[in-house]
Amino acid sequence: MASCGLEIPLRGYSYGTSLFLPPPEIARNQPIPDLLDKRLVIVTGKGGVGKTTVAVALGLRAASEGKRTIVCEVSSQENASRIFDHASVGFHEVEMEENLWSISIDPDESMREYVLLQLKVRAMRDMLFRSRIFNYLAAATPGLKELVTIGKIWELAQLDRKVKSGRKYDLVIVDAPATGHGVGFLQTPRTFAAIARVGPIHSQAETLDRFITDHENTGTAIVALPEEMPVNESMALEKDLRDEVGVAVDRVYLNGLYPERFKKGEAEALAQLAETENGASRAAARAALSEFGRAKSQRQQLSRLKKGVEAPVKTLPFLFEPELDVASARKLAGKLG
Amino acid sequence: MASLGEVLDGKSICICAGSGGVGKTTTSAAIATGMAAQGLKVCVLTIDPAKRLADSLGLDELGNEARRVDPALIEEQGVEMKGELWAMMLDAKATFDELIARQAPDEESRDRVLNNRIYQQISSALAGSQEYMAMEKLFELHTEGGFDLLVLDTPPTRNALDFLEAPKRLTQFIEGKSMRMFMKPTGLAAKVTGRGVSVALGIFKKIVGFDLIADLAEFFNAFSGMVDGFQARAKRVNKLLADPETLFLVVCGPQGEPIDEAVYFHRKLVEAKLPFGGVIVNKVHYPADELQAEVDDLPAALTEKLGDANLAKRVADNFADYQALAERDARNIDHLAGELRTSCVIRVPYLDEDVHDLRGLMEIDRYLFATAEERVEMAAGRA
Repeated sequence: MASCGLEIPLRGYSYGTSLFLPPPEIARNQPIPDLLDKRLVIVTGKGGVGKTTVAVALGLRAASEGKRTIVCEVSSQENASRIFDHASVGFHEVEMEENLWSISIDPDESMREYVLLQLKVRAMRDMLFRSRIFNYLAAATPGLKELVTIGKIWELAQLDRKVKSGRKYDLVIVDAPATGHGVGFLQTPRTFAAIARVGPIHSQAETLDRFITDHENTGTAIVALPEEMPVNESMALEKDLRDEVGVAVDRVYLNGLYPERFKKGEAEALAQLAETENGASRAAARAALSEFGRAKSQRQQLSRLKKGVEAPVKTLPFLFEPELDVASARKLAGKLG
Repeated sequence: MASLGEVLDGKSICICAGSGGVGKTTTSAAIATGMAAQGLKVCVLTIDPAKRLADSLGLDELGNEARRVDPALIEEQGVEMKGELWAMMLDAKATFDELIARQAPDEESRDRVLNNRIYQQISSALAGSQEYMAMEKLFELHTEGGFDLLVLDTPPTRNALDFLEAPKRLTQFIEGKSMRMFMKPTGLAAKVTGRGVSVALGIFKKIVGFDLIADLAEFFNAFSGMVDGFQARAKRVNKLLADPETLFLVVCGPQGEPIDEAVYFHRKLVEAKLPFGGVIVNKVHYPADELQAEVDDLPAALTEKLGDANLAKRVADNFADYQALAERDARNIDHLAGELRTSCVIRVPYLDEDVHDLRGLMEIDRYLFATAEERVEMAAGRA
């Protein structure tokens, strides 16, 4: 066993992970099919920007266009189920609406399913699952959980499903982990293909990497908020996704854009009102001025974002609703460009 | 209602925890600035500050070491700086490398670890290593930095649990007791382990590829001289987290989802017997409670005052939208306070402008460090 491993020139990989990652082939300037015509759409962005809502809205939109669609969550938080006001779905493909399914991808369940598909001999499978060492190894192998999660996403997107009597989907939408973790997550297959140089995982990891970086079939949508930090982070994220991971970035959705309810002249009148009045009139004038100020600064962020990213930027309105539910997601679905 | 100044009194570590996107970095920087202004030597450890926030602190080259913020910058904002404000941006990989250098018995062992591919993966990519290194740096600064107070902006974990379990998980991985035993190619271990294990190992190797297992074996061998040091250190880090001089603050937003996560995180802190100090709710829409009665005839009143029925209607509609959000926020925060059974719930309003500079931090400090009476005034919009 030792002789197998020692053939690897370990020192060649000394300076960070980027050296042993083969450079992604980036098909720049090539026409790409429209977002929902792809087989896989990865929705990504900074924490708290509304990724799940946008993922569900994309799902609703695709489903309404007659595409059989599944929305996948990978964080076991079941935010999508929450939007649908549905009980936790777990590692099951559950139908939420006509043409729209949802699944929460658990890495342990994915690992189990993967092993079941790999090992045809029942006795071997049983022994493996009973063995504590197997669980230990699986938990300790860096990136394996992420890899089997991406493996499951890939499996869902296959027309020829590996899972027995698996449903065929036209589109798989992934609510990806937040930025930072997100880029690492999508790089897992390439990293893994480099670590495990032989064996079934090596070739499967390469398949997954090719799938993720296939601009024809896989796309990403970045979700941003019209604020300083999220806009900065979205610009950096687009660059990382294109240059480091090598995926196609098809859209940037600027979520939560306030309407421009007041004009500049009106704001001046309201400022005067806020000075001279009391009670409700004053409070209302102040709220209007806040709205005016935010709408203005948000538009500055919007133009900064448009200048800073290559992908088309589409805006989604802020919804003045206490909690976002499926009705809110449906409203956004109608506005997705 | 306890104020932030009261709960932080006598504390030497303040850990701001919460899910992503709730304003943890800004809150941490505002707490550090406020406490430094009051006369303490404070250092804020942050993960990823907005470039402009770093710029405004005069820290364009935030490296993996603490740098002092020029007090003149803070005094320019009309605040007297009685203490010292320091800041650093955590580089998880560099911190891990430093830790290895510190723990390695000799240069050869150090290089073996640093050059190992598994190590390179876990030090930069493995979920949890960033969290672990944040606490490692915290420990180092606490024992060697000479600060009165350290404020830690925790990494944005989606699952709050990860953050608390990171040190344990990582040390368990590094220890790899049972695993190392199975990976020795020869020796007593191979003889005493049963056939089932070796078959399981064989299948696993077949699935993931041979060289990965060998790399793991190499990794554990390289680490073998450092395990004791790591364990001892992890124990001291854990002890520090549970120390009465440490305080955990939960940071959240007023929407349902961040509130639920704050409740969950609080429960985890209590279960882990870690010292919870209070909760900070950012971007709160302040309700105008006492105005509710008047709202009914607002459009008419506004039309009279503005002389423009269309504008008056838009102003009234906008106000109604804000009031609805304010009522939701108040409801959610009541629920939060009840669940957490804490008297320290600090609301920071949704300010009209993004906070990304010292001026913004000072504005936030007004709310963070307000006394109970001041807060009542602020809530009523009179301050």
